Amino acid sequence: MLSWLPEDVSTYGHEIDSLFYLIYYITGATFILVTVLMVVFLILYRERPGRRAVYSHGNTTLEIIWTIIPAVILVVLAFMSVSTWAKVKREVPDTDFELRVVAKQFNWEVSYPGPDGKLGTEDDIKFDNDMHVPVNKPIRLVLTATDVIHSFFIPNMRFKQDVVPGRDITAWFEGTKPGKYELPCAELCGFGHSGMKGWLFVYTPEDYKKWADEHLAVKTQ
Amino acid sequence: MSDTAAAHALHEQHHELGFIRTYIFSTDHKMIGRQFLFMGLLMIIVGGLLAMLVRWQLAWPETPVPGMTFIPEPYMYEGIIPPQTYNAIFTMHATIMIFFVVMPIMVGTFGNFLIPLMIGTGDMAFPKLNMLSFWVGALATVVMLASFFVPGGPAAGGWTSYATLAAKAQYTGVEWGQHLWIISLLILGVSSLMGSINYITTIVNMRAPGMSYFRMPLTIWSLFITAILLLLALPVLTAALAMLLFDRVAGTSFFLPEGGGEPLLWQHMFWFFGHPEVYILVLPAMGVTSDVLSTFSRKPIFGYHAMAFSMIAIAFLSWIVWGHHMFVSGMNPLLGTAFMMTTMVIAVPSAIKVFNWLGTLWGGSIRLTSPMLFALGFVSNFLIGGLSGIFMASTPVDIFIHDTYYIVAHFHYVVAGIVFALFAAVYYWFPKMFGRKMNEPMAKIHFVLTYIFFNGAFFPMHFLGVGGHMRRIYNPMQYEFLMPMQHWNVFITVSALLLGASQIFFLVNFIWSLFAGKKAEKNPWQANTLEWSAPTPPPHGNFEVQPVVYRGPYEYSSPEVKEDWLPQDRDLGAGAAARAH
Repeated sequence: MLSWLPEDVSTYGHEIDSLFYLIYYITGATFILVTVLMVVFLILYRERPGRRAVYSHGNTTLEIIWTIIPAVILVVLAFMSVSTWAKVKREVPDTDFELRVVAKQFNWEVSYPGPDGKLGTEDDIKFDNDMHVPVNKPIRLVLTATDVIHSFFIPNMRFKQDVVPGRDITAWFEGTKPGKYELPCAELCGFGHSGMKGWLFVYTPEDYKKWADEHLAVKTQ
Repeated sequence: MSDTAAAHALHEQHHELGFIRTYIFSTDHKMIGRQFLFMGLLMIIVGGLLAMLVRWQLAWPETPVPGMTFIPEPYMYEGIIPPQTYNAIFTMHATIMIFFVVMPIMVGTFGNFLIPLMIGTGDMAFPKLNMLSFWVGALATVVMLASFFVPGGPAAGGWTSYATLAAKAQYTGVEWGQHLWIISLLILGVSSLMGSINYITTIVNMRAPGMSYFRMPLTIWSLFITAILLLLALPVLTAALAMLLFDRVAGTSFFLPEGGGEPLLWQHMFWFFGHPEVYILVLPAMGVTSDVLSTFSRKPIFGYHAMAFSMIAIAFLSWIVWGHHMFVSGMNPLLGTAFMMTTMVIAVPSAIKVFNWLGTLWGGSIRLTSPMLFALGFVSNFLIGGLSGIFMASTPVDIFIHDTYYIVAHFHYVVAGIVFALFAAVYYWFPKMFGRKMNEPMAKIHFVLTYIFFNGAFFPMHFLGVGGHMRRIYNPMQYEFLMPMQHWNVFITVSALLLGASQIFFLVNFIWSLFAGKKAEKNPWQANTLEWSAPTPPPHGNFEVQPVVYRGPYEYSSPEVKEDWLPQDRDLGAGAAARAH
């Protein structure tokens, strides 16, 4: 199952993936342990003439053990998740690269600052469904929707954030590898939900400059 | 009193009721239980067929579904499912399976049938309220089914009906379908409230002499806790549904930002109900499984008190975990951290239950009857569903797997896994319910096929989810990154179709056994609980004499008696009773 995760091209993705692997190993071991015991018991203790079941109502020591061990493992897992969660969702790094995404049935509208250098003004430069960003630079997104809830999902960036009408939600990612990555909507948003998607283009700094000169600067003039 | 006089007196008490009072407007808890069973089984066919349509579309997108050409445009085009219809299909599949299959059968059927019989009383505390509860539930079912036939089709906003999608007709294009969806669930809430009040009152007040709380079978414990959860959770859903309906028809803006409302409020209210709801569905399955495992291991349940207290713990914790459905919803991420902690903690009592079931098998004398096989199947599925839940409990991992097929796999292992407990319960109590036995070899074939194809249908969904496959999408072929995984969608669909086909073994067995099954004796499984002391099938009023309870429900293989079972109401005499304490 491990090889099924899409390639990770973000700065924080490996932390998410290693938590995933850790939980995978723990739950996998538990699954095998319980299943093997169950099958062994079913064979060992099948009904046979002349043998009577053990008359036992339980064993307090055992029960305490199998309460405490899972409790400790689960609480440790929770604490291990706290820092990654904070990094991804709570601590948006300082950056001068900010984009605005307005979701609507059934498009992502991506805005870049216009000549005034500010987002959310009349001269913003807008693209439908496509987002172009440089590699190795934290990208801050301000997400909002005009109609229903959508969810901005970049599988390769391990990025997902619901986009809620009436709210500006800030989120971020940082790409580590240039390429073209799919950008689907992950929250049911109506009959056109399936197929509501765009592309994220991650460029080397040179390629980004080339793209920006062509698409942002031209309109700036 | 002479025999004839006694018979005469009995006849006076139970004068013959007409057909309508016996079979339709019955106040007998056993008949109401059967009515819920038939309604639930009818609806599982509807819900199951809808699932087949979903699967067809995902495996072979936009190809004609065989046999569906009779559906007119624009709902289908020569058997091809359009996106709007697809959304309606999965919305109704989930709604029907949760509210009209698992709830009526696990809670309605077995709650009604078993509570008076297992606690040793003649009927429910409020028999007329009980009848009303069924008929109000039937009305809700009719309203929900009617929504298939209104212009625009049924609700298409997902079973979660998130605002703002479901709060304005223009967003889904569904007007009356969504109205009826809301109205049906409002009505169903009334039915469930009446039922839960009845269950709680009956269990608190009407237990047989000697039936202390900690001598109750775990099935009764689970139904008791379920009823309390229902009583407290449903008003929240009812309030939310009323607000949603007002937003749709009365111009209010509880959930619409343009009027100052808040879309996330719906999610908070829905999941504040919705998470206890999951336990409302699964607790009775756990109770039934405990009873069946103990009976067929011929061994007392391992850690009876831990089993009861872990259910109580689950009930309390279920109120403070709802936010784990909303980690990426835009809710304050700090809250996400808090909900992750509570969610990790609620996994502990579930783990205790699985280990105690294993402990029950240990040292037993295991009889692999059909109810036992299905109960073991439930444990196996619950194990997978429980463990996969830990992934999404971890907030960072949830960022990736939220709203993917990983979630679909997880909740099917838990909720569709409950159907294994449902079958275990039907096979186990069928002799008491209908006075006849089901065909055992056919039941075993049913188990083997169901178990194999269930796993074939739901396990590969984990792979899809880890690959990023979103849930609720109409056509996976629209996404380049999903195309290499399409063969799994085909595999899942073939398994699901076979899973559906395997249920014919149950249907045929059930109907055939109803009319022509072998007559069942009073206690065919040699079980301890009180329902097996009542005649088969139990008459109106249940017991010939008021049973008195001397011991707990799981005294199998007790050294006090030669046989390996010791019914709760068998009086061993003063000396033996003293030794037992």
